Amino acid sequence: MLEQWFPNVDWEKMWEATNETLYMTGVSVLATFILGILLGLLLFLTAKGNIWENKAMYSIVSAFVNIFRSIPFIILIVLLIPFTKALVGTMIGENAALPALIIGAAPFYARMVEIGLREIDKGVIEAARAMGAKTSTIIFKVLLPESMPALISGITVTAIALVGYTAMAGVIGAGGLGNLAYLDGFQRSRSDVTLVATVVILIIVFVIQMIGDLITNRLDKR
Amino acid sequence: MISIENVKKVFSTKNGKVTAVDDIDLTIDKGEIFGIIGYSGAGKSTLIRMFNGLETPSSGSVVVAGREMSKIKGRELRQARQEIGMIFQHFNLLWSRTVRDNIAFPLEIAGVAKEERLKKVEELIKLVGLEGRGDSYPSQLSGGQKQRVGIARALANDPKVLLCDEATSALDPQTTDAILDLLVDINKRLGLTIVLITHEMHVIRKICHRVAVMEAGRVVELGPVLSVFKSPEQPITKRFVQQVTELEESKETIGHLLEQFPESKVVKLTFIGESAEQPVITNLIRQFNIAVNIVQGKVSQTQNGAYGSLFVHLTGEQEELAKAVAYLDKQEVSSEVISHA
Ligand SMILES: Nc1ncnc2c1ncn2[C@@H]1O[C@H](COP(=O)(O)OP(=O)(O)OP(=O)(O)O)[C@@H](O)[C@H]1O
Ligand SMILES: [Mg+2]
Repeated sequence: MLEQWFPNVDWEKMWEATNETLYMTGVSVLATFILGILLGLLLFLTAKGNIWENKAMYSIVSAFVNIFRSIPFIILIVLLIPFTKALVGTMIGENAALPALIIGAAPFYARMVEIGLREIDKGVIEAARAMGAKTSTIIFKVLLPESMPALISGITVTAIALVGYTAMAGVIGAGGLGNLAYLDGFQRSRSDVTLVATVVILIIVFVIQMIGDLITNRLDKR
Repeated sequence: MISIENVKKVFSTKNGKVTAVDDIDLTIDKGEIFGIIGYSGAGKSTLIRMFNGLETPSSGSVVVAGREMSKIKGRELRQARQEIGMIFQHFNLLWSRTVRDNIAFPLEIAGVAKEERLKKVEELIKLVGLEGRGDSYPSQLSGGQKQRVGIARALANDPKVLLCDEATSALDPQTTDAILDLLVDINKRLGLTIVLITHEMHVIRKICHRVAVMEAGRVVELGPVLSVFKSPEQPITKRFVQQVTELEESKETIGHLLEQFPESKVVKLTFIGESAEQPVITNLIRQFNIAVNIVQGKVSQTQNGAYGSLFVHLTGEQEELAKAVAYLDKQEVSSEVISHA
């Protein structure tokens, strides 16, 4: 029956492309999570009235984040070609997409982290200081756990955006479902291939959203 | 236990300098419950925050439990803070942790081993009366219960001093009393020094041994609670004392009485300690040809003795009234003729 409805779909290829998309999304989400939290913490802690208040530092990080957040992803990939070539050695394949994916998403996520951290009651941080907590204790035992639901729902949104980015990266040459839909589907006028690739992407997005919501709800004890 | 000298705190803001604490000297003894009362913006929080180094004084010295809080930094300051517990108006609990884990937090900071931590937490849960709620999250507790967690957490590292910044201001009167009773109990049981900030005289009356009245960054009156109640000197202190001795409605009643009977007198009698037992009213009625009408009376217990006030309305001949008032003046109770409410 599948043969009938989708005559041009090569299921093995589709499966391979799905794995490539999952790989690109997975690695970039993980890297974005870590990098974004680091940048977000830096933004939060160096902001006015905070533990590491430092105007120069805050302005620099903030400008960096704003610039990379504003560049459209498709342009970012092109801009990063020399950097990617130096780092990965090629512009083809899933790994070639990673630098652009991470550099595009981490600043975006860093802002969400900053907002999440700002929502923590100042009094709680002060209580920890009054107990004699070190800055590292405050970061790992107060800031991160208290903002975890916001961090998770933020990374969910970012992950979904990243799935979209991988598809765009696919058009340029990195593998995955986007690549398949564009080369095999669009360019060869096989709309069934495009359709199936789209449906698979939708499923991935739904699953990410579901997992994200589940974890957020579990963590949120407010 | 705490001694501060010439302490000043000036904040520089966009609109110029704000002197939050203006040259304060204070000594608070070990085991004492010391109250600081004042209206909003008087500088109470700024002052108490200097006791654990959350704020550094612009000048002067703050010594708590033998440590010069205004000078120490880093590890030494963190160590010192572990010996000073603090509770807050809005509790400031970690919502992501259970009651048990919230109480364990300061123990984790102090590097107490897990086994010992668990044992100590159970003790504390019992001490503050939260048995069975150890696995609840703060969001599942009432305000009073949250403050109990706050108290348990503040006591976890066996501090020498407990600082309370408006600890009962977010609670209803019943819960406030229960929390205050708990504080007195802890003070007696552990010999803990407690410094407490409030804008309610009721709190001072109920648990404090001594009180400092703050206004515009200065301590304007200081003394044992009972004597401040007996003879408040500053106008601001008088207003605070009225908070607990006079009910709002009685003001109206007195106003009405004086309007209706312009020739009559309303006298406020204040009884302190023993004098509360004298038969002043009986004598008044027996010896003078006047009618005595009780408007309102109230006896309050303080940590250093009872304190009562009674408003009586006297009617009769002018001459007799004058004699009656003169008689009251001679008694041990202090009396005050109220001419307008
Ligand atoms: N960080 C700060 N920067 C600038 N001004 C401050 C700061 N903290 C306090 N102040 C000012 O210092 C004064 C005293 O404030 P403080 O919070 O100590 O008052 P308070 O007696 O605790 O009042 P409340 O009863 O409202 O808590 C106020 O005028 C306040 O605006
Ligand atoms: Mg205050």
